[in-house]
Amino acid sequence: MRKHSVKSAAIVGASLLVLAACGSNKTEGGGTTGGSCDTSKGTLTVGVVAPLSGNLSALGVGIKQSAELAVDEANKKCTVPGFKLAVSAQDDEANPAKGAQAATKLSTDPNVVGVVGTLNSSVAQTVQPILRDKKIPQVSPANTNPSLTRGNDFLTAPKRQFDNYFRVCTTDDLQGPYAANYLVEKAGKKKIAIITDGKTYGEGLAAELQKQVAKKGGTIVGSEKVGEKDTDFSGVIAKIKALGPEAVYYGGEYPVAGPLSKQMKDAGLDVPLMGGDGIFDGKYIELGGKEGDLATSVGAPTESLATAKAFVDAYKAKFGKDDYAAYGAFSYDAANAIIGALAKTLEGGAAWDDSKRDAMLTNVGAYSGSGATGEVKFDQYGDSTNKVLTVYQVASGKWKDVQTGEFTG
Amino acid sequence: MSVLLQQLANGVIQGALIALIALGYTMVYGIIQLINFAHGEVFMVASYGGLATFTLLPDDLKKSPAVALPLMFVGGILVAVVVAVIMERFAYRPLRNAPRLAPLITALGVSVFLQEAVRVFYPNAKSNLPYPKVFPEGNLTIGSVNISWTGIMLVVLSVGLAVILQTYINRSRMGRAMRATAQDPDTAKLMGVNPDRVIVLTFIIGAVLAGVAGIMFGGYLNNINIDMGFQNGIFAFTAAVLGGVGSIRGAVIGAFIIGLIKTVAGQYMPGGTQYDYVWIFVVLILVLVFRPQGLFGEPERVRA
Repeated sequence: MRKHSVKSAAIVGASLLVLAACGSNKTEGGGTTGGSCDTSKGTLTVGVVAPLSGNLSALGVGIKQSAELAVDEANKKCTVPGFKLAVSAQDDEANPAKGAQAATKLSTDPNVVGVVGTLNSSVAQTVQPILRDKKIPQVSPANTNPSLTRGNDFLTAPKRQFDNYFRVCTTDDLQGPYAANYLVEKAGKKKIAIITDGKTYGEGLAAELQKQVAKKGGTIVGSEKVGEKDTDFSGVIAKIKALGPEAVYYGGEYPVAGPLSKQMKDAGLDVPLMGGDGIFDGKYIELGGKEGDLATSVGAPTESLATAKAFVDAYKAKFGKDDYAAYGAFSYDAANAIIGALAKTLEGGAAWDDSKRDAMLTNVGAYSGSGATGEVKFDQYGDSTNKVLTVYQVASGKWKDVQTGEFTG
Repeated sequence: MSVLLQQLANGVIQGALIALIALGYTMVYGIIQLINFAHGEVFMVASYGGLATFTLLPDDLKKSPAVALPLMFVGGILVAVVVAVIMERFAYRPLRNAPRLAPLITALGVSVFLQEAVRVFYPNAKSNLPYPKVFPEGNLTIGSVNISWTGIMLVVLSVGLAVILQTYINRSRMGRAMRATAQDPDTAKLMGVNPDRVIVLTFIIGAVLAGVAGIMFGGYLNNINIDMGFQNGIFAFTAAVLGGVGSIRGAVIGAFIIGLIKTVAGQYMPGGTQYDYVWIFVVLILVLVFRPQGLFGEPERVRA
């Protein structure tokens, strides 16, 4: 506790210094966020599309608040001279149709310079084309399905899909195999059963895992699907149990994975459940995730990264809690990529209008910075150059990182 | 073989849950010919009511399941009964003599209202909520078949309450009044039966059963969400139709049939668990084609 208050005092002190530093720019107007920057040219908006309600809201709210933090800091530092930045957060309810509505709403606003989102790969599929038509850059903190950037033949014939789409996290064609290597080689689980929720994310992830398991000499004993709204999994579990798996891999998210893990144990199938970044959340354990369960997630553990420390401290200082969830640091970096590109686009005091959108896209693509998750940079497909993945395990009621690295085959 | 036995056990447990809800559908239909689509939400609010009761308990009581669990049942059932009575009084009673479609649409409206009300006003109801661990833990293992104690508790409660209900309706004075109202409300009225009292009682009984189901659902599956009423309500409604709407025995048997189809078809039919719902509705359609009144229903009489 004491340590925290010292930290937050330091942050408050630092931000006061920053405020004081740009205090001389302009005095009239009285900006609401305590910024005394020049905001004479109006307000530009960074959109956020994420599930703010519904089962995945814990992740979505972390994304939204982290983007707000980035925008706040930019306002304080006068990153984009002449403009005040604001966040417009739209709820997609993790539903592709709702995501399309949210994207349409943002795309009709001429002041939206870029969008942070989405959480779900399935929602990204409907959001991408809508934002592309208006040349609005979209930077996702969390989409891990490889086809979003490289098309359906992402391994053999990658082809850029959307020139406005970027992501700061790595992809499932690395995450799935990375998990497979850990399961088969490190944990020694040769017989693996797969359960998926049938959505873009879970299906893709499980398919990539499956290929690598076979390569490493393991066997997939069976594959089953569950519905996103199912609550009683006893039928699926009994079916899987008869096949004698040593581990179950779940392609999907924590609202199903947590109860599934508990019901597996209740049904006498006491083997670890492993999932991807979609189950890597504290809620998973609350909903029934058991000791020994595993998850991979994108990037290195936020708490341990030196570059993330400033983000975590600033987040706690602003929101009072550390509920930035699995993608907070990524969202913060995504927002900063948009803000950085915007600052470059408007360099020299240019005004914002639709003619700047092409330059804006180029600048996001060329953005390079050191963010909360490490180096933030995009390759020719819009994918992150940061390919780090981490395996976490539930130990004494908490996720604990057990292995961090890159997938090397 | 052991897989089949395990799936049968799973099916019986799922059926027991559906049966508790289906009784509410079938009884209300029997008395006022209304498919009360909001009944699934009564089950849902009961679950949240039980959770709220637990949350409000002092910390030392939370640790003793022997006290906390009964109090949760009381709290959950109370919430369900209050919601059902208010629903009957203000949503359905004014429409008692309206065309049948009007109360049906009202029921859909009440259902959406209740679901959204919980979503908006219950703290953190926007995502799944974990249920307190005050239920008996662990499994009963017979050979290679595993049955959780909460599952057994669910089956015992479901079958027990159904038998008690059947006896009450066949033996008691009030039960006779209910049967009379179901048969012919006008004549029943002439014989001195107060239809309002009978109808309210029907809603209350349905709510109590849904309340028990709501609490047991949370205990058995460890967590609840606002969609649970819709999902299980559809199954319960299907069970009531399958068994013959209006028949107590039919609803219970229909529910067990649905539970068993779901797990056994998920195991053995092509497509696996992904298509288990399909088989439930295939059976429903077949029954309705060849026996429109359901397995135990009576052919509908034309009312004079």
